[in-house]
Amino acid sequence: MFTLSGKTALVTGASRGIGRASALALAGAGAQVLVHYSRGAAEAEEVAREIRSLGGRADTLTADLSAADAPHKLARQVRGIVGDRLDVLVANAGVSKAAIIEETTVEDFDRLFAINVRAPFFLVQQLLPILGNGSSIVLLSSLAAHAVVGAIPAYSATKGAIDTLVKHFAAALGERGIRVNAVAPGIVATEMSNFTKTDAGREYALGIQAVKRLAQPEDLGGVVAFLASDDARWINGDTIRVDGGSKL
Amino acid sequence: MSDQVVLITGGLTGIGRATALAFAREGARIVVSGRREADGRDFETELRNLGANAAFIKADVRHDDEVRKLIDETVARFGRIDAAVNNAGTEGEPGLIVDQTRESYAATFETNVLGTLLSMKHELRVMQAQGQGNIVNISSTYGHEGAAGASVYAGSKHAVEGLTKSAALESAASGVRVNAIAPGPTNTDMLDRFTRNQENKSALMAKVPLGRLGKPDEIARAILFLASDAASFMTGQIVTVDGGKTAG
Repeated sequence: MFTLSGKTALVTGASRGIGRASALALAGAGAQVLVHYSRGAAEAEEVAREIRSLGGRADTLTADLSAADAPHKLARQVRGIVGDRLDVLVANAGVSKAAIIEETTVEDFDRLFAINVRAPFFLVQQLLPILGNGSSIVLLSSLAAHAVVGAIPAYSATKGAIDTLVKHFAAALGERGIRVNAVAPGIVATEMSNFTKTDAGREYALGIQAVKRLAQPEDLGGVVAFLASDDARWINGDTIRVDGGSKL
Repeated sequence: MSDQVVLITGGLTGIGRATALAFAREGARIVVSGRREADGRDFETELRNLGANAAFIKADVRHDDEVRKLIDETVARFGRIDAAVNNAGTEGEPGLIVDQTRESYAATFETNVLGTLLSMKHELRVMQAQGQGNIVNISSTYGHEGAAGASVYAGSKHAVEGLTKSAALESAASGVRVNAIAPGPTNTDMLDRFTRNQENKSALMAKVPLGRLGKPDEIARAILFLASDAASFMTGQIVTVDGGKTAG
């Protein structure tokens, strides 16, 4: 249906999980993809290789997004590759740590907000000079922002912050023709949600979903690619829930 | 989408018409329904001239027997129904609550709510037996926010969202997905009737971060996405397609 032919895209945290699936879906629709990773160099190279083997263009780049100046450095690297035009930003990189209220440390709390909220905020800010009319930003929210799923209060708050940023970014950047949306996955079979590998975890996931199968990263990739495309040009400021009808 | 059988109620004008044309471009087989026989035949011819395998079936979604006949005739003709877009709707008689009557209420609710309910009733009968299918209902941004001077319309679209989520819960186990699109102000005849004059129309436009009204085809593209495999893990969702009006 839609095409991203001739477009440039940056996906953070693209070495695995939803980021990887998003990078592959964007490339599958024709985009040149910058595959960002923080630690999984070999996995990121594999993603880039897979894209190239299918005839696409891909580069890898790294930045530790827990560092305060990382978005600024990453934005400079991006400009070094794509020049003055980025069409798609998928700010996917994120971390999670399960901890009940009493066991949440200040260090963990700060790290969650640094990577999940501060990094996307400043990455958008630093990339604004090369985002323009027709560009699409996709942030990663979560079912956890809308409903209680497990003991992850600090993580969930970071995703609530993303939903808030989506609205403010969309309102502020609309006049430049830049669209901003989020995708909110439910429980997805990824390393971040490795509890889905257990029977109890799987049972829990299926218990809150209307759809009785576990989501795979590919279930998110297609939605991200759609939001990035011109077919979604009238969708702005929205958080799209891709959770198999969880907690309806 | 190629070869899919798609039913669109209220398919002769505005968003419904644009949706039929968009599905036709994708190679789908199409049934459009509406109340106006002559207009229906004309559009049927237009779709066929575009190369689509299309049929018009006259039906008023407010009547159970007519909807039953519409669904049964669609199946008799094309063998199944892969996607149904329940688009038939009316702006009713906008006005203040103090001026509403039993009649003004019924004029809106019978088409927007009862019509959606009856459509889903018969579509689900077919789709659940098939073990697959996609329903896309048409809400409005007024389906989740208030509208001074259009309370009955807003109430009816809130009801559509409740029906959508409930139908999703009831039908997920049988492989059917049910979602809704919530368009913001879209450039159609309905909007002209709704706003009455250019001043009101411009006031609505000023609330949209992207700075214009939506086009019917832009709503259609979001409908096609929800009906596609890219949205295979989405059910019970309301996707707002409004250029950022709700956020901004």
